[in-house]
Amino acid sequence: MTPAPPPLLEVRGLCKSFPGVRALRNVHLSLAQGEVLAVVGENGAGKSTLMKILAGIEQPDQGEILIGGKPVRLGSVREAAHQGIALIHQELNLSDNLDIGANIFLGREPTRFGCIDHGRICRSSEALLDEVGLRQSPSTLVSRLSIGQQQLVELAKALSWEARVLIMDEPTSSLSQGETEQLYRVIARLRDRGVSIIYISHRLAEVRELADRVIVLRDGANAGELARAEVSHDALVRLMVGRDPSDFYPRTTHTPGKTLLEVTDLRTTAHPRARVSFTVREREIVGLAGLVGAGRTEVLRTLFGMDRSLGGTIRMGGIHLHRHTPGDAIDAGLALAPEDRKQLGLILEMAVGQNLSLVSLARDQRLGFLNRAAETRVATEAVGQLRVKTPSLDQPVFFLSGGNQQKLVLGKWLAMKPRLLLLDEPTRGIDVGAKQEIYRLMEQLADAGMGVLFVSSEMEEILGMSDRVLVMHEGRITGELDRSDLSGEAILHLATGNAAQ
Amino acid sequence: MQRSDIGPMKKTLGILALLFVVCAFTAIYNPKFLSAYNVLNTLRWTSLFGIVGIGVSLVIITGGIDLSIGSVIGLVGSTLAVLLTQKHWGVPAALCAVLALSAAIGLFHGLLITRLGLQPFVVTLCGLLLYRGIARYVTDDQSLGFGSDYEGLRVLAIGKVAVPLSGGFQFPVPFFITGAIAILAGLFLHQTIYGRYLLALGRNELAAKYSGIDTAKMKLLAYLACSLLAGIAGILFALDLNSIQPSGLGEFYELYAIAAAVLGGCSLRGGEGSILGVLIGTALLRVLYNAINILNIPTHLEFAIIGAVILSGVVADEAVKRFSARRRAVRAAAQA
Repeated sequence: MTPAPPPLLEVRGLCKSFPGVRALRNVHLSLAQGEVLAVVGENGAGKSTLMKILAGIEQPDQGEILIGGKPVRLGSVREAAHQGIALIHQELNLSDNLDIGANIFLGREPTRFGCIDHGRICRSSEALLDEVGLRQSPSTLVSRLSIGQQQLVELAKALSWEARVLIMDEPTSSLSQGETEQLYRVIARLRDRGVSIIYISHRLAEVRELADRVIVLRDGANAGELARAEVSHDALVRLMVGRDPSDFYPRTTHTPGKTLLEVTDLRTTAHPRARVSFTVREREIVGLAGLVGAGRTEVLRTLFGMDRSLGGTIRMGGIHLHRHTPGDAIDAGLALAPEDRKQLGLILEMAVGQNLSLVSLARDQRLGFLNRAAETRVATEAVGQLRVKTPSLDQPVFFLSGGNQQKLVLGKWLAMKPRLLLLDEPTRGIDVGAKQEIYRLMEQLADAGMGVLFVSSEMEEILGMSDRVLVMHEGRITGELDRSDLSGEAILHLATGNAAQ
Repeated sequence: MQRSDIGPMKKTLGILALLFVVCAFTAIYNPKFLSAYNVLNTLRWTSLFGIVGIGVSLVIITGGIDLSIGSVIGLVGSTLAVLLTQKHWGVPAALCAVLALSAAIGLFHGLLITRLGLQPFVVTLCGLLLYRGIARYVTDDQSLGFGSDYEGLRVLAIGKVAVPLSGGFQFPVPFFITGAIAILAGLFLHQTIYGRYLLALGRNELAAKYSGIDTAKMKLLAYLACSLLAGIAGILFALDLNSIQPSGLGEFYELYAIAAAVLGGCSLRGGEGSILGVLIGTALLRVLYNAINILNIPTHLEFAIIGAVILSGVVADEAVKRFSARRRAVRAAAQA
């Protein structure tokens, strides 16, 4: 009996820490030649870190990586590429001012007499484009291509390195249905040719369609593994979340009070022709669902006075908001926790305490002077209420983990006692524990009489937390669903542009 | 992208130590450095340049820059001379007029930058050319002297005040003017909510906006304060010299001011800086300049030496920053 050949790629005991987080704890995986392995997990479960280590972008603290049974060191992207590993980023890494051919051979341009050999680039690119099924000339500028087509260029680029292991990080997150299907076909073809693929996703349908095997990460460790036949929604969610999905959301029933926010025919700069009307009441959590680009963030921004509205009326607690600034919105009782906490929500270099007090400084001022006692009190209360893990109020925010940072984004509003809280993707990129704490906070605030309007792209979250759901598609609200008729199918139906039945 | 603050206090201490070293070195090689006359002069010049340093540091903290300071000094000095000696305005009226002029210039910069979204570099570079040209035009490019009619007014720039317990040493009047401005600016920056807003928006303007801060108004205020302080300095420089040369008064002073701010701990990326640091930075520049003179170093080397000192200061600061960031990251990872 001959021993089984070693797997193409094997990872053993991988550990990696970042300031404030243990991103990976003793992670292992193996990948056979010609296998499609799906890696799933919640945001913050460690998927991206694992992939970055495999691609040579990050170095592990501990553990080993074996290729064909031999330990290798992947010290840089170049070394990883040399071993045949290529990562296709979630955010595409193409230079859109260059053409397809130039992008494929960027940094490895074939030369002839010291000049770039355009003829060879062109011929080689054509063959590669053919392989990934992209019917475009190599001299087309990348800026002319759709996101899906750019994805295929990335694939062609990976193939040009003769990659044996392709790592794809949520490749379909911004693709249309047609583009997604084309990508599936290309993946199947590559697999048949013996290329192994590690596929990161949290879309269940996709995993079921593509994967030969699924491994689940949770909080930086292996949570389990499922063979293709065992993949089901509940099985995956149970492994991802570590408990029964229905217990995860701390929902109670609320009895909504008076109308807080009344929006009529609002038009935003993102979709100038679409009109949006809805209301939010006290003691109510309203989810704003829809696909990326449906115009949800813009609605929040316009309500908060960051974008100018192009028409329509906003009434907040009896106050008419028109051509208002964020300051006016705050005075009317609004608060917004933006989606991008690092760019918009926090001032990373400033201390925890100063971030938490930034909004309430104006209220607590004494003739323009800082009220340090009030500042400390506000910050201490927020840290306590949200259980922010920080050594002190003086710690710069960028040393905190994503979950703790997100708590600060919410925390700075608590002292203002807003009447309506606008949350944009409140749990993106944070770990499960922090997620649940944020859900609990939403519940708590709604119980105390606040209205909550939250945008989320995570179906589970919308289903789990909302009293009522508004679904948007291309700038319009295509439907409104009450708790009683909430379902994933109904939301998806509306989010893809079908009107309510 | 991670960068850590070594506390502003530590930075100020670092630059203060450097100032002491340069002072000690100079004093050892030429004891005249410590003569009352030399100390008084160095103190007076430090005070005058300190005013513009404080002004530009407010702008630098917002992440902006003001290159027009030297020309504003030239224009204010020239206009003051024209108003007093040719138009025979009264002293209070002339002072108010030139201060209003400099405030208007700052407002103009601020509006172009916040309303039209122009880049501070471009706006104030054009200002540099514009105000210098106007200064030369209103004076017909002729030097103007104040003569001996304004000795009372000149006390502001060249007066001396004996202070109790100073052992007979007299402090220059500008020392007290700058002291008062510095205290006000320090209170503004570190003790008022507006100072906090300035620091916050200098780090991350969008996040400040999302926190309800009127960032445009704050930036406008910074440019206004900067030009107004340049105007005050312009009056003092003109009175100090007792005559103005429209093409030369204040030339390159913006660069001295920016250099002092950077030496004193302001980051051109914005969001960092302390008034005390800027004053010490200014003092360091003036002492270096003084040392070159009294140590018989060829004055042609002046720019080269000042450039080299600033560069090494900035390099040292960055090195310390990186070192402490790494140490902190390691410590944080160990805690996790």
